[in-house]
Order: sequence, then C-alpha cells, then structure tokens
Amino acid sequence: MSVRYLSCGDTAFTVEFGNEISPEINGRVMALHTAIGLAREAGEISGVEETVPTMRSLMVTYDPLSTSRADLQPRVDALIARGLPADATSRQVTVPCCYDDPEFAPDLAEVAERTKKTTEEVIAAHLASPFKVYVLGFMPGLAYVAGLDQALFLPRRSQPRVRVPRSSVAIAMDMTTIYPFESPGGWHLIGRTPLWMFDKRREQPVFLSPGDSLSFERIDRGSFDRIAGEVEAGTFDWSSLVKSK
Amino acid sequence: MSAGLKVVRAGLFDSLQDLGRTGFMALGMPTAGAMDRIGLGLANALAGNPANTAGLEIGVMGPDLLVEADSVRIGLVGPLSAALIDGPDAAPKPLDSDRSHLLKRGQILRVGMIEGSSTAYLAVAGGFDLPAFMGSLSTYSRAGIGGFDGRKLAAGDLLPLAKAGAPAGDERRLAQPFDYGSGPLRVVWGPQEDYFSDEGRRTFVESEYRVSKEADRMGIRFEGPTIAHARSVDQGGADIISDGIAPGAIQVPGAGLPIVLMADRQTVGGYPKIATVASVDLPRLGRLLPGQTVRFTAITVEEAEALRRDQEARLQRAIAGFVVARPPGGIDLARLYEENLIDGVVFDSPWNVTSKPSSAEGGTK
Repeated sequence: MSVRYLSCGDTAFTVEFGNEISPEINGRVMALHTAIGLAREAGEISGVEETVPTMRSLMVTYDPLSTSRADLQPRVDALIARGLPADATSRQVTVPCCYDDPEFAPDLAEVAERTKKTTEEVIAAHLASPFKVYVLGFMPGLAYVAGLDQALFLPRRSQPRVRVPRSSVAIAMDMTTIYPFESPGGWHLIGRTPLWMFDKRREQPVFLSPGDSLSFERIDRGSFDRIAGEVEAGTFDWSSLVKSK
Repeated sequence: MSAGLKVVRAGLFDSLQDLGRTGFMALGMPTAGAMDRIGLGLANALAGNPANTAGLEIGVMGPDLLVEADSVRIGLVGPLSAALIDGPDAAPKPLDSDRSHLLKRGQILRVGMIEGSSTAYLAVAGGFDLPAFMGSLSTYSRAGIGGFDGRKLAAGDLLPLAKAGAPAGDERRLAQPFDYGSGPLRVVWGPQEDYFSDEGRRTFVESEYRVSKEADRMGIRFEGPTIAHARSVDQGGADIISDGIAPGAIQVPGAGLPIVLMADRQTVGGYPKIATVASVDLPRLGRLLPGQTVRFTAITVEEAEALRRDQEARLQRAIAGFVVARPPGGIDLARLYEENLIDGVVFDSPWNVTSKPSSAEGGTK
C-alpha cells in the first residue's frame, strides 16, 4: 500500500494512507504515529514537533528552523519501509454509562423506534460493540469512536441541539462519542457517563487516546451518582478503568 | 508581599500567550499561542526574556495596569497609544512603543488603543508567576485553560510577577521597525488543492480578499470571489475525511470563501484546504484587521522554509541591534546620531572650528 505526502505549508505535511475509513488504514496511521514517537525518543529523527493521527492520515508538524521537508520525508518513508510496529501502545478502556435515566438518554426511545428494536436491545448492542478510538479533535478530549453495531447506524439528528450536557454518550453514523464539555451537538443521546473526558485538574487532562480499545459498562443511577461525586471531588481512581494490552 | 500587576480597567481581548502548547494535538488540544510570534519575541527580548516567555497579547484596546511591585521592566511592542499615569490625579504621559520601560510602584500603565494592527504585546522582565498547563501558559479560552484562569483579563485580576523588582540596566528600543514584509501573502498549495477546479485555484491566486468581521484567534474569514470546488458541493465536493490542520491552513467550505485557520484552530477538520500560508507570513496574518485586503501567491515548500529562516535571522539581527533608549528627561545620544542631528549641528556647522574629519562612520546614512 503506497502513501501520499500532502503539503501543509512549511511547518507540516500529512501522510495519507487512504481515502476511506477502515480499521486497516487507521491501524497503519496509528503504527506510524507510534513509530515516529519511538524514533524521536531514540534520537533518529529531530525537528518533529508532533504527530496528529486521524482516521486515515497522520499529520507530522516540524520546526523549519531545525529541519526541513526534504530531510524529514525520506526518514518517514524509511520508517514505513522498515515495517511498522504492531499496535503496541494501545489500551483497553472501560467507560461506565448510565442508560436508565430519561434525562441522560432523551433519544433512546427514538433510536429504538428507528432501528426497530427495544430500548434494551439498543443498550445491549451499544454494550457489545467493539469500539476503538480513531481520532480526537473538534474540541479537547472529544473522541470519535468507531465500531458501533451496524444495527444502530443512523444519520445525525436533523435538528442539532443547542446544548448537549457534558459527559453525554451519543451515537451517529457508525460511531459513538462522549461530550467532554457542554456544547452544541447533533448526535443521538443514549446515556451519560459520570466521567469527565477533559479535567484540567488531572495530570493527564484528556482521558482517551487515539488507538484505545473501548467498551461501555452499564451502571445504575446510584452508581452514577457515587462515581460522579468522586470525579467531581477529584478522588476517583481512574486507573481502575484502564488495562494495557 | 507578592509582586504583581493589577488590572484596574480591563481591555477588550487581552490574554497571556507564549509560543504555543506543542505536543497534544493528538488529544484534540489546539496549540493556541501568540498570533504574531515576532511581536511577542521582540517584546520578550526588550524585557530581557527568553523567546518563549508568556506575555500579554493585546487585542484592539489594552488594559490599565497598576504596578504593585517595587519596580518592573516591560517590553511594549506594536502600534499602541500607551501612557503612564504617576498617581491618582496625575495626567497621563505618553509612552513610546517598541521599547522597554521601567515602571515603579503605584504607577498605572495605560496600554491604550492599537492603531493599524489587531495585536500588540506586553512582556514583563522575568515573566508572570503562573502555572503552566500541559507545558504552556498560552490561554485557550474555549476550554478555560492556560494563562490567567484560562480566560481573558478582567478588572480586579492581579497578575503575579516572577520577579519582585527590575534588574538594573538601560532601557532599550528597536533601532527601526521590524519589516514584516509586504505584497501578497505567500502560500504553499495543499493539502487538498486537488479538491478545487483549475478555475477555482486561479480565482484564489488572482483575486483580492477582504478580512471580514469574523476574524479572531481561531481563524480569519475572508470575503471576495468564490473559489470553485472540483466536484459539486452537493455530492461531497467540500467534504473530506477529517485530517490534521496546520497553522495557516486555508479551508474552503461549500460556500467557496476562504477561512485561514490561526492559533486557536481546532486540531482536525473536514473541509478541504486549498493551500497553507507560509510560516513567514503568519505574523502578518496575526496583525490583520477587518476591512484590510490581501492577495495570495503560491511558492514551494523549500522557498517557504528558506524565507522563514531568513526572517528568523533578521529577527535575531534586530534583537542584537537594539539601541539604548532615552531615559525620561535625558538625551538619547544613539538616536541623535542616527537621525543625523549631531553631525548637522556640530560637525558640519560652518562655525565649528574644531571640526573632525567627516567620515563614513560619522553618523551619515
């Protein structure tokens, strides 16, 4: 599979692995993201400032005062030619989600109706979906998480909401997401997590990372309130939700 | 007692910025940072700071700041109408920009209005004593992070200073205004120039575009001739699978008008980007005002890199060439020489009998 190099001025270029969304293409994106990170740590590449993975491409930003496109691109090519490492850094993350409160899941009944399922079947399908974080963007900590059960595919709402509460769990198209801030939004709200996807008090303010495998765990309103209280107080043990693969 | 600058009257869009929050775009974190890195760099150099020290980025109108420290040295850069107020009943005295000043306890710095640029910078010697967030002091107000409490400044805020007093030393100024360049803004085609028709690309480089009122730290929307996409917008001609957004990326949504994405831009986006402004011209963009017009011209990546290196060398020469500035009430000898006054009055005067030989280094230019 060949790659395309796209110019982004004199401070970045994009390595494009394909023009479609697929786990294989995103796997290669994440592998190059990891490989460049390792090469930087090993001192094999300098002048790179950061790498930004998306569904099907990796943007490499650099400082034109200390390197150049002509120097960097062959080094990136060589990393690709050497064979990209397997998805070594990925984590398995569990996100607790309360589906039972109508305030948390205002669109659950409509999703059930439009997908010709019961609300319990919708919840079961969401819980069983093999999710993977493809890309973060739009706002800090907002993850586009693919892998939704095909039976739940729906277009976005025709009327986006002006205000979606923070930590809403939503679906649209072939993806799910969790809103890190209160914001406008057009996705279908089917639950809410007591977690904050962005918490500036934490040493790692953003909870999810590109490449994470993710599954939801159903909790009741009582558990939601208990965890929400701990998250708010800053005492919640986040490490209990993360396993390294 | 802690040293600080107290905001006694807020400006309009003042926020602390350094050179940006690098390394977290993969987590969706915008870089933020100064809109005009040259302005911030000069202000820091005048204050004696390293280049990446956070300074105050001033938009449209700056604040009034009361000095609550024994003394503080500031670097002031940009077309400001600044003034110094000595006490409650004192009249404001004009304060030159593009130089450093030593301020004393109880004085009020009135930063004032900016004329002819959208941004100006105030640096303080030693920097502000505020916690970095993810390695940077740059304010990103949409997420409420960085700078002073993650927001623009408000009346009553006390900006803590890292140093309680200013070190001894001369005040310095820029020998001449920094040349930001003129003519069309230089761009590199891509990443998605192939999403536009030949005619669309021609329109882009052959037309004049006007800065609209929708211009802020996130991006600048331009008005002008619409740029044609290669495929019908109804059939996805203005949609891409989202990819990374570099500083200066020029996205063209379905309506066909260019938006240049700036410091607070989102990390990824789904509109095709016809070209990217070369980094050498990003500071010019960071100074544009609504109503001003620009043109775009295409150069190669290699040319853009070379221009950027040349600009950095010129910036370093400008910093190395700072001259001693006139203390209040004193005579600025360097300036007099430069403006050829001493030559004219002393050396070349017909009744000057102790004439020195006129020489090339005698101050004539």
